[in-house]
Amino acid sequence: MSRFSKLACVALIGALGATSALAAGKGAAPAANPAFEGLGRAATPAEIRAWDIDVRPDFKGLPKGQGSVEQGQDVWEAKCATCHGTFGESNEVFTPIVGGTTADDIKTGHVKNLQPGSSFPQRTTLMKVATLSTLWDYINRAMPWTAPKSLKTDEVYAVLAYILNLGEIVPADFVLSDANIAEVQKRMPNRNGMTTDHGLWPGKGIGTGKPDVKAVACMSNCKTEVKIGSTLPDYAETAHGNLAEQNRTIGATRGKDINAAKGQPAAAAEKPSANAQAHQLAQASGCTACHGLTNKVVGPGFNEVAAKYKGKGDAEGKLVAKVKQGGAGVWGQIPMPPQSLKDEEIKSLVQWILSGAPAK
Amino acid sequence: MSEHPTRPEGAGQRLGKVRPAPEGFLSQDDIAAVKAGRRDFLRGSFSAAVAAMGAGAAGFSGLARAAEEGDSAILTLPPWSTSLGQGVAARPYGLPSQYEKGLIRRESPGLTRVSGSSVAFTPLQGLFGIITPSGLHFERHHQGWQDIDPSRHRLMINGSDPSMVKRPKVYTMDDILRMPPVSRIHFIECGANTGMEWGNVAVPTVQYSHGMLSCSEFTGVPLRWILEDCGADLKKGKYILAEGADGSSMTRTIPMELVLSDEVLVAYGQNGEMLRPENGYPLRLVVPGVQGVSWVKWLRRIEVGDQPYASKDEAVHYIDLMPNGQHRQYTSTQEAKSVITSPSGGQMLLDKGFYNVTGLAWSGRGKVKKVDVSFDGGINWKEARLEGPVHSKALSRFNIGWVWDGKPAILQSRVTDETGYVQPSYGQLRAVRGTKSIYHNNAIQSWKVAESGEVSNVQVL
Repeated sequence: MSRFSKLACVALIGALGATSALAAGKGAAPAANPAFEGLGRAATPAEIRAWDIDVRPDFKGLPKGQGSVEQGQDVWEAKCATCHGTFGESNEVFTPIVGGTTADDIKTGHVKNLQPGSSFPQRTTLMKVATLSTLWDYINRAMPWTAPKSLKTDEVYAVLAYILNLGEIVPADFVLSDANIAEVQKRMPNRNGMTTDHGLWPGKGIGTGKPDVKAVACMSNCKTEVKIGSTLPDYAETAHGNLAEQNRTIGATRGKDINAAKGQPAAAAEKPSANAQAHQLAQASGCTACHGLTNKVVGPGFNEVAAKYKGKGDAEGKLVAKVKQGGAGVWGQIPMPPQSLKDEEIKSLVQWILSGAPAK
Repeated sequence: MSEHPTRPEGAGQRLGKVRPAPEGFLSQDDIAAVKAGRRDFLRGSFSAAVAAMGAGAAGFSGLARAAEEGDSAILTLPPWSTSLGQGVAARPYGLPSQYEKGLIRRESPGLTRVSGSSVAFTPLQGLFGIITPSGLHFERHHQGWQDIDPSRHRLMINGSDPSMVKRPKVYTMDDILRMPPVSRIHFIECGANTGMEWGNVAVPTVQYSHGMLSCSEFTGVPLRWILEDCGADLKKGKYILAEGADGSSMTRTIPMELVLSDEVLVAYGQNGEMLRPENGYPLRLVVPGVQGVSWVKWLRRIEVGDQPYASKDEAVHYIDLMPNGQHRQYTSTQEAKSVITSPSGGQMLLDKGFYNVTGLAWSGRGKVKKVDVSFDGGINWKEARLEGPVHSKALSRFNIGWVWDGKPAILQSRVTDETGYVQPSYGQLRAVRGTKSIYHNNAIQSWKVAESGEVSNVQVL
């Protein structure tokens, strides 16, 4: 057999293998190895170490290390407090991390504020989370918000120790480490607060496999009265923009004109104003991920920037340079990266910010 | 001009549907006219159209005559019939018509405070069939979206310990695109879809109440084939962990049973092209029937293990608070659900008469078996027509004709899936799960039609 026909034969067998597997659908793999011969390569130990960063509830995957509450406070104030508040209590950017748990919860492992009759307004992270590994894993892989994976292992321990201290789960002189983390797990306020008694896991390992709510498809005279439990509040109707502009302008229906309902003249489709265009540019360029129009997010609000620089000599030039080159230190330690926008775009953004950053 | 004595009944209504620019608005006068009686309203609006045209083209003496003789859209040739159109590739990547600009992804104000960790909803009120255009696919990111260089993207397969995967491997996109692919149509729904409505009505339209829902044809490789290529122990490994390459490097636990069913795909294709960056370009996991958060985007790693992982999105978020204070953990399946997409909240019916009531139904447990529709708030139901083919764990489109008599009505839809599960009412769902669950709200949706033709969101218990 010539080399060519041998190759052709192999290719044919390969093709048949793949075809029959596809035709068979579920349950049929393409002819097992060597079907994917030549595809992929062995992962090196260093590659696996670099990416396999998950930590399980039994702490498998947790690297050795330690951090004190005090060290954690330093990291927290530099890198976390802008979003989460000095005491993890802030509700400005994200929901609070700390609050709502008690010494009694630490004893029982059930957070009382989750139970019927509680008037506690919100669910904080410490009220919900049952597994300490979750917090270590998440801080390590995703925090800080604008610079994920930048914390050193000991810093992750330290930040977590600080959070646990804010929740009064560990004392102020505590040093959290891989050696004692399992002991701290036993003090998590909501460690007994999870249940898998439900039918919403699509496998055998967890839960009951059976739906919890059973309805019947009755077809006629199914009830004697129609009880309306809730209708749309006025503020909710008008909070979502003009519904007339969110529907097609042909067909069986039109969107409701919210402005008409409010007694204002119907808004004709207009060209967006210069302010609206600048606002759009700020959104499209990712500026508003860190700067609110009127509130601090990660960086200062545009209103704060305007207030600080207004009337100062060459405020525009200074800010244009800042946007281009990036900066840090004026508003906090979190740096703003250099922005790659056209010069005239940066100029229009800066002028808009200095004018008070109106949304429209 | 407001009198048309020679026109037969009905003709005015057809002409009246030619509405004056700007399209799509009912002015206060129009609304008052609708309330006073539909025929007058429509006749008035026709007159207004003529008047508007008269003002805009002063001196054109044919106008008045045209209005008497018929529709100016016919009698006066429009510019597109009397000019040269644009050349090919004027827009090398096609865009919707300028008249469709209202149907876009939108955020719900006040839902989240940071756009990088927010939601943009699909405009279900204006879509047809079952496929969501890729540019309108809903968005949910946990730490912003990235546009990843595919030549530098890698997929790693390894085990929670060496015995789980004999040959931990790394694949490039070149490798994955060389594997034999499958293409399948599936829905993806965020576990928090309709979550704002657990306690009471909170949003005006179906875009915000149900728009964390999309359906696409996905192309990719069954994950099992790749795990077998790595010598994974598919018996000892009862779970997999999927991990993203973005800043959040989101992780979720998925049961091996789903992988063994060959339904779980390592996907790169969406509706015939590559995934959009917002949807995970160049690689995402497709986990049919399971809430969207498990369909890890920008997929970089799969770990095979023998325990669930309690990741942030299965231990802090995506846990469902029950009335007794316990949180349900590892709730993944999206149970059967349906919604009428038109007529729906925030829309106005323009007239009495025939309407096609249309909507979507789906189940995370398999195929939709039937959809029933009620026009009286759930006292009586009629089976709607399902548009085929019906795919497993995909959206199904239903349609049913309805003649509106101008009286108040409450429209509902109710799906039954192939397992026999029937979509519950709010009363039935809350009796078991309370109102603080946030996730997995699949209650029957009700749209109230008022005499004015206005459709609004209400909850029937």
